[in-house]
Amino acid sequence: MARQKERPQNNPYKPSLLNEITKGILRENPVFRLLLGICPALAVTTSVENSLGMGIASTFVLLSANLVVSLLRHIIPPKVRIPAFIIIISGFVTVAHMIIQAFLPDLNDSLGIYIPLITVNCIILGRAEIFASKRKPFPSVLDGLGMGIGYTVALVSIGLVREVLGNGAILGFQFISADAYIRPMMIMILPPGGFFVFGILVAFAQRLSERMDNSSNHKGDTDLCAGAINDQTACIICGGCGLGRQAKTAPMDPEQAKHTKRGDAE
Amino acid sequence: MKEFLIILFSAILVNNFVLTRFLGLCPFLGVSKNVKTAMGMSYAVIFVMILSTVITWPIFNYILYPQDLAYMQTVIFILVIASLVQITEMFLKKLIPPLYSSLGIFLPLITTNCAILGLTILNIDEGYSFIESIVHAIGAGVGFMLALFLFSGIRAKLDYADVPRMMKGLPIALVSASLIAIAFYGFKDLIEQLFG
Repeated sequence: MARQKERPQNNPYKPSLLNEITKGILRENPVFRLLLGICPALAVTTSVENSLGMGIASTFVLLSANLVVSLLRHIIPPKVRIPAFIIIISGFVTVAHMIIQAFLPDLNDSLGIYIPLITVNCIILGRAEIFASKRKPFPSVLDGLGMGIGYTVALVSIGLVREVLGNGAILGFQFISADAYIRPMMIMILPPGGFFVFGILVAFAQRLSERMDNSSNHKGDTDLCAGAINDQTACIICGGCGLGRQAKTAPMDPEQAKHTKRGDAE
Repeated sequence: MKEFLIILFSAILVNNFVLTRFLGLCPFLGVSKNVKTAMGMSYAVIFVMILSTVITWPIFNYILYPQDLAYMQTVIFILVIASLVQITEMFLKKLIPPLYSSLGIFLPLITTNCAILGLTILNIDEGYSFIESIVHAIGAGVGFMLALFLFSGIRAKLDYADVPRMMKGLPIALVSASLIAIAFYGFKDLIEQLFG
């Protein structure tokens, strides 16, 4: 199982440097195709500005964490790698948080607790585990950059739809005034709108990926959970994200979960 | 007493962790395929939420804040939560095997769950007292359980629904979640109506 998973990850793409950047934007887009990091993707995307801020902060953390994890990949003992990665990531999140607090207080107010929560964003831990802990620093940085750009693009596209429909504005520029005949749909910037817009965009992404993927070993977006590189890490990284591999079988097989546990306790 | 009830009900219904704050979406979408696993997951989340509040609140207020180390909050909290979950797991395994067999398999899943870290940070940001924080943790956990329970019930039926091909699977589940969120939005003024 684990080996089968690894093959489509590595083989189809030759490890060219440009590829490391571009794969995160479309083919392995973290939000729409890997379905990772969706908590902030729904929570902060009420406007393009917030989405952009969140995307850039996440990109910074992703890039720095990938670099450091990659540099330390021979030093960190494999058994304590997950806690070590979490500490590295939370360190960079703290740096990002302090920078935003100091220079962009408005952004800090509107993003609120979602900045410290970048720590538990599945994408960052997922990339550290899958990519950076096995590769050299330079490709890891490019991977972080590509994934970060892909994440930002996804956040901004959700934010764009929600701001235009919900507020009648782009980047604060109002083009539908609140007392016009056609009023903006308030619901789109409220939580229900977040679920709705994301659902529709995922549907389109699924449709697009079906068209793009002809090869049989790379079919559908939902069977490629970045956390599901092998049975040990699958659940731990995503915090119970059964969207990937597990969604196809039983939601959570107790036997399998026991395996996960045993593997981790060793 | 009234403050506690306000915190409790606003955490369950008005500021529901999943449907309003978007915390803990991964398990919400991931383990909601049948009601039984959803409930198991929810109990584990409630358990860890209360436990991590009990540990992190004193750490922040008696160690970090007096020492001017408040900026270390995120690093310390995630470390504490991760080790707490690990230790709890070992204790349950040795001491209370029946509880372990029902909660144990879910514990490692929620180490990096954003609902737990989010809750502990919110407790500090909102300036809750120790008791208020625990009430908030219970409310958040019960709210999570309620949302997961409702959603898993709907999701079981969705498999048989005839939806357009491109909407199959996650997209239709998200649209259903949106409808539940609209229902919960109806509770917005509940607190003012009841206690105002």
